[in-house]
Amino acid sequence: MSLTPFELSALELSLRVGIASVLCSLPLGLAAAWLLARCRFPGKTLVDGVIHLPLVLPPVVVGYALLSLFGRRGIVGAWLFDKLGVSLAFNWKGAALASAVMAFPLLVRAIRLSLEAVDRRLEAAALTLGAGRLRVFLTVTLPLTAPGLLAGAILAFARSIGEFGATISFVSNLPGLTQTLPLAFFSLIQQPGGEAAAARLTVISIVLSLAALVASELLARRIARKLGSAT
Amino acid sequence: MIEVDIQKRVGALELSVQFTAPSAGITALFGRSGAGKTTLVNALAGLIRPDQGRIAIDDDILFSDAEGIDRRPERRRLGYVFQESRLFPHYTVRGNLGYGMRRGKPRDPALAFEAVVELLRLEPLLSRRPHDLSGGEKQRVAIGRALLADPRLLLMDEPLASLDLAHRAEILPFIEDLRDRLRIPIIYVSHAMEEVVRLADTLVLMSEGRVAAVGAVEDLTSRLDLRPLTGRFEAGAVIRASVAGSDLVFGLTELSFPGGRLRVPHLGLPLGTPIRARIRARDVALALERPRGLSILNVFAGRVVEIAADQGPMVDVRLDIGKPDRPVALWARITRRSTHDLQLEVGKPIHALVKSVALDRQSFSPYSRGGAAEQ
Repeated sequence: MSLTPFELSALELSLRVGIASVLCSLPLGLAAAWLLARCRFPGKTLVDGVIHLPLVLPPVVVGYALLSLFGRRGIVGAWLFDKLGVSLAFNWKGAALASAVMAFPLLVRAIRLSLEAVDRRLEAAALTLGAGRLRVFLTVTLPLTAPGLLAGAILAFARSIGEFGATISFVSNLPGLTQTLPLAFFSLIQQPGGEAAAARLTVISIVLSLAALVASELLARRIARKLGSAT
Repeated sequence: MIEVDIQKRVGALELSVQFTAPSAGITALFGRSGAGKTTLVNALAGLIRPDQGRIAIDDDILFSDAEGIDRRPERRRLGYVFQESRLFPHYTVRGNLGYGMRRGKPRDPALAFEAVVELLRLEPLLSRRPHDLSGGEKQRVAIGRALLADPRLLLMDEPLASLDLAHRAEILPFIEDLRDRLRIPIIYVSHAMEEVVRLADTLVLMSEGRVAAVGAVEDLTSRLDLRPLTGRFEAGAVIRASVAGSDLVFGLTELSFPGGRLRVPHLGLPLGTPIRARIRARDVALALERPRGLSILNVFAGRVVEIAADQGPMVDVRLDIGKPDRPVALWARITRRSTHDLQLEVGKPIHALVKSVALDRQSFSPYSRGGAAEQ
């Protein structure tokens, strides 16, 4: 079956939004996970709560908050536009931001669990072998966290592909600009006689999700082999 | 010289240790579990920070709260072999070995990659991953990894404790090789007296976070007052001797020590090799007169120095079988009944009988003269 330009545009947009949101939030997610797993500081519970907020808030509320912060007239949005010429309003970058925020708690959670599972005695061993803290992080901690990074990235990607509420209330539903697969699906079932086209989108979504899962499984196996986690 | 004087509180343990040890040969930290041995070694390595005190190696200060010095662990240049090998699971054996290697040649050619691989016979393991190594192999790799970081002091925290008996026997000779072939001083933590006696020159006896005694292994193991700490079951004496000859016809080696000659099963060591022989108290019998018509080859004249009797059926008798100016301690374990029959008392002349066959290979270890002799 060949895809219609409408489907192709939604699929391409979904992939772009998903990949961009994961890639941009990965370093931040790692930093946040590190902060929560390894550091003790006053107000940690609060930080933990704020990171997890998108998980419990209605997505449209998150979208509205993003709009008032990052919209053209929002505090951050206005600054970004004036200083850097970057606009997040009503384009795919805004959709990526919305997806990233919604997926962030899942990402942080997965990485944090994996960081906490890293045997810190191995880090101590690396120190005694003359490795500085940065080298210990890059050569011991990070590789051993790889399974969590992968799991977090896949979860976040899946969450991005499925993101609806925050996206529609932040950047609206504009074909070719912000209309990702779920938003296209929503438009189709609003129209009389759109069911057949909606069914095609359903198949595309299933294929996409399945491909992501299979890819992650293969990657996870390779990592497991490398880490020798047969034990 | 390794100088340690630190205090550290960890949970219920109040660690307060002060000792100096020569920076040559093997210094054993011996004590029951919970005595604070691992805490002390971690403080040396910089993995935990003492509450106060000072740590210095050959006048290089690693920690001193008075001077505000606390060198980071990665800058201390101490090798650390942990109880559980702690190999990096995501590296091959070769990757693990190379992890701590520095650029340029090591100070001692014996610490070059090829030399260490050969010393510990790691060649067949190089491309394998830690998870499919046996416990003994892992520990050999861990030792190699620590050595290749070119340390000036090697810390070994019960490197054999997680191994079964067979694997222990496999690793021990490698550690003896390290001691004899490399010039790296070793601090060896153990709660097994056999290992200590076989390996160490200097002994630091620890008990409940404190140092109970420091000295040459043969001195401390023959002291009665330390017996509760050194253990009663393995009671015995360590004698320093050297290979003086061999009787090829009967397959015997003669060891000479200040009290005479000790004939033991053939050892195959060159003449003059310094050796430590551990003679267990239960392998020594006593006689009032020099016996005749007896199968026992080793008879030493001496006198009773100390009688350690409690209400049990066994009595440990400490003898001096050396010369007037060079005492040599020997322990004999006999029944209380015999003590009574022989009317043993301190100062009484006696003959000690040692069965040659009671001394097996495990009883002997070559030692480096540079070790505790420096004290």
